Amino acid sequence: MFRYILRRLLQMVLAFFGTTLIVYALTFAGQGDPIQALAGERPVTPAQRAYLTEKYNLDQTGVGGFFYRYFDYVKDLLQGNLGESLTGRSIGDILQQAWPVTVRLALIALAVAIIFGVSAGVIAGIRRASIFDNSTLVLTLLVLGIPTIVLAPLAQYFLGVKWQLFPPTAGSDPTFYALLLPGIVLGSLSLATALRLTRASVAENLRADYVRTARSKGLVKRRIVIVHVLRNSLIPVVTFLGVELGNLMSGAIITEGVFNIPGVGFNLFRGIRTEDGPLVVGIVSVLVVVYLVSNLVVDVLYAVLDPRIRYE
Amino acid sequence: MRVRRLAAWTALPLAVTLGLAACGSGGDGGSSGSGNSAVSIQIGEPKHLVPTNTTETSGSQVIAGLFSPLVDYDAQNKPYEVAAQSITSSDNKVWTIKLKDGFTFHNGEKVTSQNYINAWNYGAYAPNGQDSNYFFEKIAGYADLQGKAPKAKEMSGLKKVDDLTFTATLSEPYIDFKTTLGYNAFYPMPDAAFSAPGVLKDSYEQAPIGQGPFKMKGTWQHDSKIDVERYDAYPGEKPKVKDVEFRIYQQLTAAYADVLADNLDVLPTIPTESLSTAPSDLGDRYQTSPMSSFQFLAFPTFDKDYSSPDVRKAISMAIDRDEITKSVFKGSQTSARSFVSPVLPGYRENTAGKAGEFNPTEAKKLYQAAGGPSKIVISYNGDGGHKDWVDATVNQLKANLGVDAVGSAEPKFADLLTKVEKKTPVGAFRMGWVMDYPTMEDYLGPLYSTNGSSNYYGYSNPEFDKLVKEGSAAKTQDEAIAKYQQAEDILAKDMPVIPLRFGENVFGHSSKVKNVQMDLFQRVNLVKIEAAS
Repeated sequence: MFRYILRRLLQMVLAFFGTTLIVYALTFAGQGDPIQALAGERPVTPAQRAYLTEKYNLDQTGVGGFFYRYFDYVKDLLQGNLGESLTGRSIGDILQQAWPVTVRLALIALAVAIIFGVSAGVIAGIRRASIFDNSTLVLTLLVLGIPTIVLAPLAQYFLGVKWQLFPPTAGSDPTFYALLLPGIVLGSLSLATALRLTRASVAENLRADYVRTARSKGLVKRRIVIVHVLRNSLIPVVTFLGVELGNLMSGAIITEGVFNIPGVGFNLFRGIRTEDGPLVVGIVSVLVVVYLVSNLVVDVLYAVLDPRIRYE
Repeated sequence: MRVRRLAAWTALPLAVTLGLAACGSGGDGGSSGSGNSAVSIQIGEPKHLVPTNTTETSGSQVIAGLFSPLVDYDAQNKPYEVAAQSITSSDNKVWTIKLKDGFTFHNGEKVTSQNYINAWNYGAYAPNGQDSNYFFEKIAGYADLQGKAPKAKEMSGLKKVDDLTFTATLSEPYIDFKTTLGYNAFYPMPDAAFSAPGVLKDSYEQAPIGQGPFKMKGTWQHDSKIDVERYDAYPGEKPKVKDVEFRIYQQLTAAYADVLADNLDVLPTIPTESLSTAPSDLGDRYQTSPMSSFQFLAFPTFDKDYSSPDVRKAISMAIDRDEITKSVFKGSQTSARSFVSPVLPGYRENTAGKAGEFNPTEAKKLYQAAGGPSKIVISYNGDGGHKDWVDATVNQLKANLGVDAVGSAEPKFADLLTKVEKKTPVGAFRMGWVMDYPTMEDYLGPLYSTNGSSNYYGYSNPEFDKLVKEGSAAKTQDEAIAKYQQAEDILAKDMPVIPLRFGENVFGHSSKVKNVQMDLFQRVNLVKIEAAS
């Protein structure tokens, strides 16, 4: 197990450099004129242009210039310095402020997905074709069908503005309550998928031989479901949720925007819109690490859930 | 893997050009009587809060509270003194600026003429990379501060006379110099802002010290909010509220939801998506006021398809401006038939004359006679919410001129400009302009002069250039305006661009505040706003 984790960590280093290189190349390849983008619709004076060009090494053009800037970036990165955004703020500071709130939001979303998704999935799986099963099927299809970009403003308008059950926006240092609505909105998509996955998996495992054996041994139903069926059924769900955690952390662009939560997705969106290459690369580099770590955790969890799986 | 969602998202029309940001905590806009009340105002994350480096609306809104300008503009948009006692010149070249006594910075420092000189030199010194650098270009000695290794660190044109007086010598006479001094690049900065002469402290921007009606409360909380409170030693007009929270939003729609729920007090720009419902949502808390923005259609005048003024006039006459402002903009913008904004002294209605009137039959005749191209392309930036009106315009051109017409979106404005500068055929393209200070020269110079900073369409008319130059060198305002108007008449003949629309501030506020006024620069007047009791 230890050697397996070590090997995975070494792979992560390679994957990290590979992905940052690609992201770095793509970000700067797709860029028109970052200096003009920074100035918006205003004309840029030659003095301003010269200043920014020198500051961000934009005068080094071509392939050589690209690698010059990339190695410069990686060198700083290894020293823990993520560099400065085009507006002159330290990206490390930006991320330091953005992460806690995004992590809280993602955890709320994940908790919503696990608590409601998995438990409803188990019930639906046990009582197949019941009213509960059919109504959750319709509901989840509905949620899967409505994109967040529609769901989030709708939830904000009805629950926040019209009926005033929740604050319409969260803010930078939000309370748990203010994050609840965005968390539910963000988690609803994962909830629906987790529910469908759990239901299918539970339904299948209920027919498995070992369940019949357990039942014929006279075990009570609750024990069969919780200890035997659920544990085996959770493997696909855990895989999904592990990957989803990475998604939730990076993918809250819409939700964070609608509910005005200054998290990672929010900053990433701003970076893309303002063609702030350093900011985009900085955030994505960190996201790469988040994905790699959450995937590792998922793989390790397999072994916990299913003792037959061994890593050497 | 997020590409699909992202694409859908960026396709949403977003109303403002830039300026995105986060949010604020649930701090309440207050209602506790007038003396000690608090209000909250929406802004985007400012790019910078150093006066000489602030050019966008959000930053400008914040520093307008922290600083007091030398001059402000009255109802006719003529300048009047605020922090200055007098600004005079006998030849419009050497200007004597006398400061009012009694102004202090928020740290207690007395405001002296040296503070102005230091701040302006800092802004003009090219290696400092200040966005407002070019505002100082009219001052003598500006050229010596440019380039990678400038010859000087101080402009020779600025001279201290005594603690409250200094002179600014310009490189050539400029009648509107006093008017330009209302711009935020001309605020003073205290000695405490500098760690050494000409070197700004890094920490200054996080909590700028000014001499205005409000002072910082704590520091700039990035992506979240900026809190300011009333500065009691301010000698000018006292604000009616004690605290102002500038709450940072990334999306106007989020801020709009907060205004509806009385969770935010002032939203300076109603998002385009909500324009049709806002009047009924907000009732009399939905308001409009004049603003200086000017939207127009520019032509690559170097392209032979569009080089004839008659072609451009015909296209102009084929566009029904009123229909578009009504159906697409729901009356939040007005039709433009002149080349400068109506907020300016010297503005005249319908200077474009017949070319500004909607007349499809005339248009078609003229277009065919002038041999206009069989296909008209209108390029625009896809990230600014321009698709709707471009589509409407294109349809009108198709119907009225009997030609093929299409809209073509570039991802960003910068991409569009890059293409135009390389003379890639983009067809006609949209442009916009917001003034820095209320003079006709601020439109005529940058937009239509041969060397204008925003003249991307290659328009050049020596006679026009000459008139603008004569106007800015004139002895009196009236004489200057007469020259500017003559210059504008040339534009009507040459039609280098087609005026389309003038903007308005379309803003809303919560039920907790009253007397919300917006200025021409899209800023809330912080001195006038009151809490509703």
